[in-house]
Amino acid sequence: MSLIDNERKIKELQAKRAQTQDQSEHDELSKEIDALTKETYHNLTAWDRVTLARHPSRPKASDFIEGLFDHFYELHGDRCFGDDQAIIGGIGYFHNMPVTVIAQAKGKTLEENVNRHFGMCNPEGYRKALRLAKQAEKFHRPIITFVDTAGAYPGIEAEERGQAQAIAECLYTFSDLKTPVICIVLSEGGSGGALALSVADRICMLENAIYSVLSPEGFASILWKDDSRVQEAAEVMKLTSYDLYEKGIADYLVKEPTGGMQNDLKLVLDNIDQYLLKELDVLTHTKEKELLEKRYQKFRKIGSMS
Amino acid sequence: MDQLFKKRNEELKEFSSWLKRHKVKEKKEIPENIFKQCDHCHESIPYFSLIENDYVCPKCGYHMKISARQRIRDLIDEGTWKEYLEKERSQNTENFPGYDEKLKKAQMSTGMNEAVICGVGKINQTRVVLCVMDSRFMMGSMGKVVGEKICKSVELAMRKKLPLIISCTSGGARMQEGIDSLMQMAKISAALKRFSNQGGLYIALLTHPTTGGVSASFAMLGDIIISEPQALIGFAGKRVIQDTIKQELPEGFQTAEFLLQKGFIDMIVQRHDLKNVISDLLKLHGGRL
Repeated sequence: MSLIDNERKIKELQAKRAQTQDQSEHDELSKEIDALTKETYHNLTAWDRVTLARHPSRPKASDFIEGLFDHFYELHGDRCFGDDQAIIGGIGYFHNMPVTVIAQAKGKTLEENVNRHFGMCNPEGYRKALRLAKQAEKFHRPIITFVDTAGAYPGIEAEERGQAQAIAECLYTFSDLKTPVICIVLSEGGSGGALALSVADRICMLENAIYSVLSPEGFASILWKDDSRVQEAAEVMKLTSYDLYEKGIADYLVKEPTGGMQNDLKLVLDNIDQYLLKELDVLTHTKEKELLEKRYQKFRKIGSMS
Repeated sequence: MDQLFKKRNEELKEFSSWLKRHKVKEKKEIPENIFKQCDHCHESIPYFSLIENDYVCPKCGYHMKISARQRIRDLIDEGTWKEYLEKERSQNTENFPGYDEKLKKAQMSTGMNEAVICGVGKINQTRVVLCVMDSRFMMGSMGKVVGEKICKSVELAMRKKLPLIISCTSGGARMQEGIDSLMQMAKISAALKRFSNQGGLYIALLTHPTTGGVSASFAMLGDIIISEPQALIGFAGKRVIQDTIKQELPEGFQTAEFLLQKGFIDMIVQRHDLKNVISDLLKLHGGRL
């Protein structure tokens, strides 16, 4: 049975338990629920993680902006073409410290998702990110990026307006940005579209987030020419937060409550809050030259021969 | 005797006019070692005339794919090429199923160890660092070794204060190496940024095809970006775009000509002129002799 089926079953049992008057039936149901919960969330497979990362009720970037920052002002547009709704950018306070926030935003409803392209950015989204990053550098504000995208938007207009160039420019500029950057991978991080906002001093991943060279669907389709092998793809891709942490690409994992962060968002927010507080303190007290050298080495060492 | 020749000539004429009338522009079985069929106009071209013509179809001007070694012969002054890191080979460190076989097959069929060749050589007497990718080697995909070789080349150009040229052709990141291959994009872009800050000149040469992660990193970061005619250049694959938007793609979409029109490359240069154009550009930037 799939994770989603089990979840539905657990919900049904919980509803049944709420209605019952009989204490022994109540206890019986509780036992059943516990057993099923354990079975469902114990030893999650990579595909289960993918399912959780894309869970319909999983909190989105907007929840994190609301939960972590005060007096947030959204700033719009790339000053070239338009305002990509797949990115929410702006400024606000993090514990009295002004920061710039750049977040890939999936929507909560279908309508919002259509507007936000399911978090898949167009070139103007990346150029908005670039503009806000340069602005943050100018005013010495640390940058917090949130990654949540299956990949950059594949469309005719996206190509016409230079999707490749926009992503390349992000990698180029963020690598040398003279202000601290912390990247938080919320749920899905796919391909160059996610990498564009991941060139940072610290990369932190939520436990049920995934990060990969491309989506498991794309992987199965390109490598094996078989879309149906997507679960198998997820298993071989090493895309879970634990894989990324083991590889040293993710610096920190944020534990999630059983069943995903939607079950206790506050716990996750508190954990991220503490992490940001600690790391921003370190990074803002690091000399610019050292900061840039360490960021360079963070990526330089991946696949290094010497 | 004269009669015989005349008769034979007439027969030949008749045969050739018959051929013209019955010309079929479809793929035909042609002995690979004598003729090559143009990918674009499907005309059969004798190999010797193709070689004389730098692998550009004499009929339609289509620029066929060439090997990295051929590209180096075309661009670099004879006897000045010095390759480095030539022995580096990819390892299947993640134990990805089938990757070892794919690598071996690519190595056997191309005689190369990896999808990029790097070295130092002279272009009309100007010394440059040159990286050349080869699409025959696993679609020119970029894994850790390709990324590292290119990154080391950028660093060498930085150290020696030499201009850098990267001849790109790639399907993108090498999926068998997972996230590490994606990270090569960030690694090389960061190195190029340092090179640029130092005042280094980087010319990107885009050849057919340049897509995916390579296009979204160093291919688009040249101070000057040159492309060969009709090269396919883009980020997302055509099939992916079609599946997403559910409509036909316009003609000429993602070609070099399309990118020139949209403002993403500086110029399209015919293969015959490439060496001279690059050498002129190097001189304009005070290339060292």
